Amino acid sequence: MFGVLDILNLAHAAIFMLAAFVCLSVVLAGYPLIAGLLAAIVAAGLVGVILDRVAFAPLRRRNAGTLVPLISSIGFAMIIEAIARGIYGVNDHQFPSLVRQAPPITLGPVTFTLFDVAILAASIVLMVALAYVMRATKLGREIRAVADDRMAAALLGIDIDRTIALTFFIASALGGAAGVLAGLQYNSVVFDMGGRIELKGLAVIILGGMGSITGAVIGGFILGITETLAVAFISSSWRDAIAFGVMFLILIARPAGLLGRRALRTA
Amino acid sequence: MHELPLLFTRYHTLLDQIGINAILALSLSICLRAGQLALAQAAFMGIAGYVCAIAVVTFGWPLAAAAPIAVGCSAAVGALLALPVERLRGVYLAIATIGFGEIVRIVAYNLQITGGGDGLNGIPPLLSTPWIYGTLLTIGALLYAARNSRFALAQAITREDEAAAAGVGVDTGRVRVVTLACAGAIAGCAGVLYAFTNFFLTPSDFAFGRMEQILVYCVIGGVTSPLGAVLGAAVMTVLPEAFRFLQDFRDVLSGVVLLAVIVFAPGGIAALWRRGARKKPVPRTANA
Repeated sequence: MFGVLDILNLAHAAIFMLAAFVCLSVVLAGYPLIAGLLAAIVAAGLVGVILDRVAFAPLRRRNAGTLVPLISSIGFAMIIEAIARGIYGVNDHQFPSLVRQAPPITLGPVTFTLFDVAILAASIVLMVALAYVMRATKLGREIRAVADDRMAAALLGIDIDRTIALTFFIASALGGAAGVLAGLQYNSVVFDMGGRIELKGLAVIILGGMGSITGAVIGGFILGITETLAVAFISSSWRDAIAFGVMFLILIARPAGLLGRRALRTA
Repeated sequence: MHELPLLFTRYHTLLDQIGINAILALSLSICLRAGQLALAQAAFMGIAGYVCAIAVVTFGWPLAAAAPIAVGCSAAVGALLALPVERLRGVYLAIATIGFGEIVRIVAYNLQITGGGDGLNGIPPLLSTPWIYGTLLTIGALLYAARNSRFALAQAITREDEAAAAGVGVDTGRVRVVTLACAGAIAGCAGVLYAFTNFFLTPSDFAFGRMEQILVYCVIGGVTSPLGAVLGAAVMTVLPEAFRFLQDFRDVLSGVVLLAVIVFAPGGIAALWRRGARKKPVPRTANA
């Protein structure tokens, strides 16, 4: 979602981390996991709206280009990460083992747990839901209109600020859900966990072509498959180098991303 | 009077950091002047740092021979990097160059000769604060002397409008190659200085986090202003130290200051200065 509004948001990784901590705190307070997940998603969404109000809205009003909002999102991320580090310290936190207990399932040569299936299912549900909202609802149409041409959208009576705030809510809520899922998957929640996804998330979006959700999904799959193949045939320590190398080559061949609609922009 | 040397011993690491960060910020500011959001400064720094340190530590070269070669290497890498990415603009260029930086870091992490993840240890501290500031001043003076040169003008027009630049006979491809080579050389100087004032060099010294910091210095300072980039580096390096009493929360204030400058001072520190001096309208910020 970084791309839909032509904003590169480096605070996304911080929100991802924050959501994992919210979920963890709720679970540790004795509530069920699902309550933690919901709380995390709502909290992430709200922080996303605050992010928009504080770091992006003032810049939008003066048309500051793409570089300056990028930096203000770094500033916002610094604040969130420092708060998390102040509260939770620099150590790894883990979910109580009860939450993660699931029997392994063996299907031919592949072994996985019910838990893996649940995470995969949750990701798919979220992707489908997002695609539905973007394509079939009034809000989705408004978001796409604002993304296409802000001025024209405003002339048609769309409340730009409200639409953008809602977009931030959705994007951040999704990022938050991803943070919780990743925290559960690796069973580790730590203040700098966002760093692990920050660059790759950005790479995926740009690889797919900014502003295209299908592109982002395809970009994600390409990156994931490349990484797996690299681990299988070369070595796990070279995984990221190969993933970024492939990304570099794709960008050279397709300077606007795989599904980028926009023609080359003059810088 | 005897307090001054005392202050120096206490803060000289901080002074060194400011100087090195300022050089890195200058390297990025050169790219931004040409409208190129090329974010490989950390990689250039790492390449030159490693080449120089390996030549001196492993092969016993004198620093005076190794340093120019190392800086030459990072400049050459900059120029070569400009060729494949010539069709990329804006964020696409940014992410491709960030990807390049990650590749360089991972290669350094996996090679034997670089010491892998543990890095290179025992680099002799042959350089010190005067060297850092000497280099910074030299680069600053060169940039100042060249501020109205044909090349600087070609950079400016490439930034504002590439089509117009091509229309008046500016070879924008060449501008990009030379710009990235200069950026590589400047960041390479920073890398050599960093390696030989810090005793060791690890791949994480030039990870994406550092690139992010360099970007912050430039934007806080005022995107295309070299003086602003230096001021930005100084301010953002000192802030976390100044707020040390807040312990783990200290980055909160750095973040707040960063946000405040961006929101309330379009054009960065350099523009505040200019506004204070002459009440001139704020120049347009980068459209990179």
